[in-house]
Amino acid sequence: MPNRASLFVTCIVDQLFPQVGISMATVLEHIGWKVDFNPAQTCCGQPAFNSGYREEARTVALHFLEVFRDAEYIVVPSGSCTSMITHHFAELFAGEPGKLAEVHKMEERVWEFSRFLLEVAKVEDVGARYGCIATYHDSCHALRELKIKSGPRRLLSNVAGLELREMEIAEECCGFGGTFSVKFAEVSGGMARTKIQSIQKTGADIVVSIDSSCLMQLQGALHRAKLPIRTMHLAELLASR
Amino acid sequence: MASTHPEKISTTLADANLQLAIYAGTGRLIDHRKNAIAGDLLPDYQDLRTHANLLKKHTIDNLDYYLEQVESNVAARGGKVVFCNDGTEVADFILDLAKQRGAKLIVKSKSMTTEELDLNERLEHHHLEAVETDLGEYIIQLAGVKPYHIVAPALHMTRYDVAEIFTEKLGIEREVVPEKQTMIARAVLRQKFLAADIGITGANFVVADSGAVVVVENEGNARLTSSAPRIHIAVAGIEKLIPRAQDLSVFLKLLGRSATGQALTSYTSFLSGPRREGEVDGPEEFYLILIDNGRTKLLADPERRQSLYCIRCGACLNHCPVYRKIGGHSYPWVYSGPIGAIITPQFHGVAKDPWLPFASSLCGACAEVCPVKIDIPKLLLDLRADVTADKKEHGGGAMERFMFRVFAWVMRHPRVYSLGGRIASAFGPKGGEWIRTAPWFLNIAPVRGWLSQRDLPPPAAKSFRQLWRER
Repeated sequence: MPNRASLFVTCIVDQLFPQVGISMATVLEHIGWKVDFNPAQTCCGQPAFNSGYREEARTVALHFLEVFRDAEYIVVPSGSCTSMITHHFAELFAGEPGKLAEVHKMEERVWEFSRFLLEVAKVEDVGARYGCIATYHDSCHALRELKIKSGPRRLLSNVAGLELREMEIAEECCGFGGTFSVKFAEVSGGMARTKIQSIQKTGADIVVSIDSSCLMQLQGALHRAKLPIRTMHLAELLASR
Repeated sequence: MASTHPEKISTTLADANLQLAIYAGTGRLIDHRKNAIAGDLLPDYQDLRTHANLLKKHTIDNLDYYLEQVESNVAARGGKVVFCNDGTEVADFILDLAKQRGAKLIVKSKSMTTEELDLNERLEHHHLEAVETDLGEYIIQLAGVKPYHIVAPALHMTRYDVAEIFTEKLGIEREVVPEKQTMIARAVLRQKFLAADIGITGANFVVADSGAVVVVENEGNARLTSSAPRIHIAVAGIEKLIPRAQDLSVFLKLLGRSATGQALTSYTSFLSGPRREGEVDGPEEFYLILIDNGRTKLLADPERRQSLYCIRCGACLNHCPVYRKIGGHSYPWVYSGPIGAIITPQFHGVAKDPWLPFASSLCGACAEVCPVKIDIPKLLLDLRADVTADKKEHGGGAMERFMFRVFAWVMRHPRVYSLGGRIASAFGPKGGEWIRTAPWFLNIAPVRGWLSQRDLPPPAAKSFRQLWRER
């Protein structure tokens, strides 16, 4: 009996970058895991939470808890959505001991994709091959809330043909920030352009991250600047043969 | 009530020279801090942060006790503690004192607290001259603006800007060499120090067990301000208290390093009361004004009172990618950057500048560098919830509230969610091209906002769930 992993395909991946989800499944299957996808899943509720709508976020969180009640390992192609569940769900159920206990049990079962590979599946080399010069963007919630820093880089260093080059400001925010990106569009755009300057200096042709939301921001700005640099989610690189 | 964010954000972003000045100025401070806290130089840096956080927590949780202690200890050394609620009370006290003592001229060393109280403006209104003696603060006083940064008040100005201000305000020939500009300011300020009757300083720390005020600085002007004039007045927020002198071994290690990357600033003055019998120098009178000005409002909530732990090092400003774009003058109050974004709404109420807690990507860089570990992103999120609750109560923000209700409803109904995705995909452009301009059915504010800066990915021809089914 192989181990089973349940995918939580975040709404951004589901609707805009489905290939990231497919890649994640491919990688997991390749290393011998059985992959489930429950189509009743939707979103983690972060957009509402970050906008100050706690009640609405709580509604979405309840749905998540229901959908994944029986899943043993939940794997997520996003640091930000993972962090919403593991670091912020509890705030939504303050004063509800029963729900809170459920949330705390859930926190232990939700894994960001790269961390799952390294810490649960215990695989550093998934046998991927992709010839490119890549630079890694630390997404903020992965870095500062989940403390994910070296893991994705280790996985990348095992991709055959890939040269990893660090940019100067790898840890600086890309400027996405959810609704911040449209409420403060000019500021957000400025932050993306600052990041892109640093990316350009590395000479990389691929920007890698474990969050599709950051990559949407960066790819959008790269397109706008007519630069030939592309973005790829870590899962897409690891699924390349 | 400013419901939208200020125009200043756009003008700051559009000013290429200003952008460069902010980015370079904060960048230098980032580099200096990074070197100063490097593992081999300060291996216990993280422990110090934890210790500082606990000390501040303890002090703020027991503030009433320490306020009484400092009051009696200052009195025991011949000084006097004056409690003031707001700027008016502070100005009234100083004006009264100046009148009684026949004081005409005040010198000041840099103090964000007096900036918060608009003290210079209030004194000037009553024809009492108050001259700033910190170089950066002197420059911005001449320019007639508020500090751009908690630690570096003239961070946004180049030496050419300074040359212009000096020429205009001091009537001197254009001088662009910073060292020479410093000598010009020094010559003016020396005369002020000699003639001043009152010196006003801020306080980085107020030590409860000894009644001493601690001031850190690099120019020596705070030391002159506190010792040359006959009267020394220190103005501090009630949150500046620390219990014991030995606690400075934690805070002084963190403050200089976090602010400017210095192990210690050039001057650290321990000022405890007026000149005593047998002493040859020091002021004849000493007053410590402790102000509330909104602070006690924060004490009610055990979580939010951590906002009062701040030691005003400015590290969160330097590391904030938003501050580095919009600069210090885009914020509604003298406290800018992440710390400003959490204390301003709490001091003034969330209804006054409801946009402020939202002006953040929640990247968390501020919390990472905060020497006293204030959880700024968490407080921003809490304040956002306050804003939406306040709007609901007062009937504002109906459209957004409706959108999020719909969002929550859709996300609870997977079939509706899935159908919504298919509709978006059906209307979306074909061929996987990224969107440059908004199609008619997407011509709404958020999409326009996004497209003003970057291209938008098209909805996928098939969502993940469709691909998975077909797999």
